[in-house]
Amino acid sequence: MPAVEMRNIRKSFPGVQALDGVDLNIWPGEVLALVGENGAGKSTLIKILCGAYHADAGEIFIQGEKAHIRSPQDARALGIVAIYQELSLFPNMSVAENILISRMPKRQGIPMVNWSRLRQQARVALDTIGARFDPSVRLGDLSVAGQQMVEIARAASSDARVIVMDEPTSALSEHEVETLFQIITTLKKRGVAIIYITHRLEEVSRVADRITVLRDGKYIGDLPIADATKEKIVQMMVGRALNLFPKEPAPIGKEVMRVENFSRKDAFSDISFSVRKGEILGVAGLMGAGRTEIARAIFGIDPKDSGEVFVEGKKVIIDSPIDAIRSGFGLVPEDRKLQALVLSMAVRENITLAHLSDFARSGIVSKAKERREAGRHVQELDIRTPSVEQKVSNLSGGNQQKVVIAKWLGVKPKVLMLDEPTRGIDVGAKAAIHSLMCKLAASGVGIVMISSELPEIMAMSDRIVVLHEGCITARLNREEATQDRIMMAATGG
Amino acid sequence: MIGAIFPGMSGENKLGAFFTWDYHRDMLRDYSIHGILACGMTIVILTAGIDLSVGSLLGMTGMFFAHLMINLQLSPAVGIPFSLVAGTAAGLLNGVVITSFRIQPFVATLAMMVSARGLAKFIGGGRKIQAGTQQLPAIFEQISSQVLNNNLAIVTIIFLASMGVFWLILNRTRFGRHLYAIGGNDEAARLSGVRVNLVRTAAYGIAGLMSAVAGVCYAARTYYGDPEAGQGYELTSIAMVVIGGTSLIGGRGGIFLTLLGTLIIGYIEKILSINGVEIAYRFMVEGAIIVAAVIIQQTGRRTRL
Repeated sequence: MPAVEMRNIRKSFPGVQALDGVDLNIWPGEVLALVGENGAGKSTLIKILCGAYHADAGEIFIQGEKAHIRSPQDARALGIVAIYQELSLFPNMSVAENILISRMPKRQGIPMVNWSRLRQQARVALDTIGARFDPSVRLGDLSVAGQQMVEIARAASSDARVIVMDEPTSALSEHEVETLFQIITTLKKRGVAIIYITHRLEEVSRVADRITVLRDGKYIGDLPIADATKEKIVQMMVGRALNLFPKEPAPIGKEVMRVENFSRKDAFSDISFSVRKGEILGVAGLMGAGRTEIARAIFGIDPKDSGEVFVEGKKVIIDSPIDAIRSGFGLVPEDRKLQALVLSMAVRENITLAHLSDFARSGIVSKAKERREAGRHVQELDIRTPSVEQKVSNLSGGNQQKVVIAKWLGVKPKVLMLDEPTRGIDVGAKAAIHSLMCKLAASGVGIVMISSELPEIMAMSDRIVVLHEGCITARLNREEATQDRIMMAATGG
Repeated sequence: MIGAIFPGMSGENKLGAFFTWDYHRDMLRDYSIHGILACGMTIVILTAGIDLSVGSLLGMTGMFFAHLMINLQLSPAVGIPFSLVAGTAAGLLNGVVITSFRIQPFVATLAMMVSARGLAKFIGGGRKIQAGTQQLPAIFEQISSQVLNNNLAIVTIIFLASMGVFWLILNRTRFGRHLYAIGGNDEAARLSGVRVNLVRTAAYGIAGLMSAVAGVCYAARTYYGDPEAGQGYELTSIAMVVIGGTSLIGGRGGIFLTLLGTLIIGYIEKILSINGVEIAYRFMVEGAIIVAAVIIQQTGRRTRL
């Protein structure tokens, strides 16, 4: 008997049919990957299951019995727990308190917390998922991965029968992902059903037993994991064959940027590399290897202890992002919402932010000129927005990332550094951003691409440098790069 | 209470007064000084900051102006620019403290609020600066006069002109755009090459400048320099900005909203006071209306989305 069966679920929002007769079923002890592009209806479906939304039509059966889920409390009572991207924990409290927040053990007779029982029960909860840290530690002192484990422990200890994980690996390092997968295996053995939502298709084949694909609010189909090739999944997701990595070799010219002996204590040391016109340089390495730190130091955001930067052979002094932009750099940072976009502003205002002076005469900005420029980028980059006056906060992740890139195109950089350019972006936009990178390279821009995704690194880069604990451990040409060689270098082997 | 809000309904015949221009002229005149402060406050709040020192700076620059004009008998061509420079300098100091030492705007401007009040008292030895036996310089009369057949106060013209200039700054200039960007996401602004610290410092400098404009107007309107002038004005001007709908989180709002907020507060106070509502009730009603105004404009925003 399925743990959850959802039949013919429909849901519409003003102007959108978000779900149009979607089915989903999952058995105890099974991991079901729910995949689809942004806007396919994954989140809506999950929110209906978890009681955050109400379906317009359709039925839900839990363990074969028809269920009426009207609130998150109802869902919880039925053993359905969701672990969202934004953690719902209290960083100021201990791990134990977080796990047992809603059912603190009390002392007999008096309404006071029994602290030793609390720690004991928390220990048991942590043990069941194989987490080894001390329950009396303050939650805020744990890494994101640790915090996520606490959240899973909380779910598991409350007798959850179905756990929904929404992009659980987006903030985890490779090593932490392994730990998460082990926990998932443990939960499976205990008969918990897991609905796993992700954009990372490599993970799907590793962790899932079955895949359900949604597209445009419709149920497209199920695939047993044995039949699921990446190409097949992508084809079902986008409705056509799609080349995720449209690499087009560009003529490679003279050196455009060179970094020499970049060092900062406890972050990176003796980093030297160069990029040529038309070249895509891939920077690989594990999370925490210093990739982002190096890009930030080159761009003048963070200080460096030593090191020099040369642009087209001339030494440049960069102490701030303004210096970097003047010297011909652009940076698409790691976190587009926190570091790249002003979410309260329109698409137009974000696109022109870095080169507003081009639209201003004696300080007065011409909005008409701005609109023309923004409109041109929206068209060229195929940014899906009703107008250039739309607030960027209303755009999907992929379109937001295109806005960030459009901002730098206007500056006409000689070197564009992109830090995790396609993280958390759906496959269609991902392919578009990749082909955009190739186009830029072909127009003579030198590109530095930092990525945690090995297939992306290998498919898009002309050359690759691999970092391990702040040092370059390998320099590979496109032809000699294999997954094994990169991973060896990234782990210091 | 109803009579308090709708003037025509109170027993006495105030309805007639509401429909004369004099009534509106007086309201505008009385709240122009607050409105001038609110202009500066708007741009500070747009950067997600706050400036608690504007009331004290009003008092300080008013004293400084009175000292230059009355005690030293200087020309207005000297007195006015010097007063404006003093206010701007104090505002810039706020900005430098906030950006260079990474001190919270609330704390930095609170400190300036206290110090500037002290300086205001120091200038006059704790007393007001009045003309006394000397002749009051003509500039005082000129600023507090009314033009167009006595139908528009000079301070109101200064207030409305400031609104116009600020509208231009916020909507048409690079500086204005940078203010919004910093308030929306200062990290993204910095990474896009915006000189965040410089722009932010300038915002406080402008708030200081507007405090000085208000200080000169205040001294002129009262014919003396008062070391206690402007107490509590910082809160009124913050209320005007917020009631208009500019967000304290930064990045959202505008100068027309502040004009709206100024008019709302101005009319509430005027209507209540002209109807002889006791000060105790006036405060209570005002508090309630501020909350109501903010709720109304928030629900309006939500439905628009």
